[in-house]
Amino acid sequence: MRMFAYVYMSTSEETVMTTTDLEDAVAAAGEAAAENTVPQKEKMVLIAASGDLDKAWPVMILATTGAAYGMDVTVFFTFWGLGILKRPDAGITGDDWRQKMMSVFKKGSPDGLQLSTMNFGGIGAKLMKDLADDKKVASVQELLELAQGMGVKLWPCQMTMDLMGLTIDDMIPGLDQPAGAGSAISLMKEASISLFI
Amino acid sequence: MADKVVDARGLQCPMPVIKVAQGINEITSGQTLEVIATDNGALSDIPAWSKDMGHSLKEQFSQEGEHHFIIEKS
Repeated sequence: MRMFAYVYMSTSEETVMTTTDLEDAVAAAGEAAAENTVPQKEKMVLIAASGDLDKAWPVMILATTGAAYGMDVTVFFTFWGLGILKRPDAGITGDDWRQKMMSVFKKGSPDGLQLSTMNFGGIGAKLMKDLADDKKVASVQELLELAQGMGVKLWPCQMTMDLMGLTIDDMIPGLDQPAGAGSAISLMKEASISLFI
Repeated sequence: MADKVVDARGLQCPMPVIKVAQGINEITSGQTLEVIATDNGALSDIPAWSKDMGHSLKEQFSQEGEHHFIIEKS
């Protein structure tokens, strides 16, 4: 309102102001008001670089909690972190024998993650998941679905996908377009919370 | 009596906070939300969330291992 009053006063005092100037000023004031009424959401960026269950879990806990805080949350999955997003039935992936070998030894999938220590060939991970189930701790799989429902953006890293021979069809549905380090930096420059996990 | 009740009993971090955030979206400004949780982490998490989101925590008490929070939506 103050802006409009100012425009009005200046036109009455300075007769040199044309109708076009006035229209421009009114449009600018309108834009400024529109910017003020739509508050920019705070941003949170998480880099999920590990496919270990004990890292993927806190990533998804923080992502969903950030969304509960009304933040605009993006999780960027890179290197072994991509495994979190692999479809359980992706099977052997890639064209190169090295990619194929990696996909055999590092299966991934939200439900198939292993512990970084005390894994004991998968027994440790199984015990941890059973324990979490008993204690009603939401699983990585559940948190991932919850995060998607809350509007958390899940970005697979394009370069790691190419390196490992993964295509978007090898990944769980509902992901955002694969992106690179530039997009991650661009977001982190504006984010109030950025974490590498 | 609160306008809406969220039962987060038995749920662990981060679920109580997420349930509260979902519950607050279903009431209007000035209405109240009661949250019942058994997670001891909620004792600090829910007041922190309410403060940061600008809602006021009207009442908080614990009885028989259950924590009650009454939040008024801003």
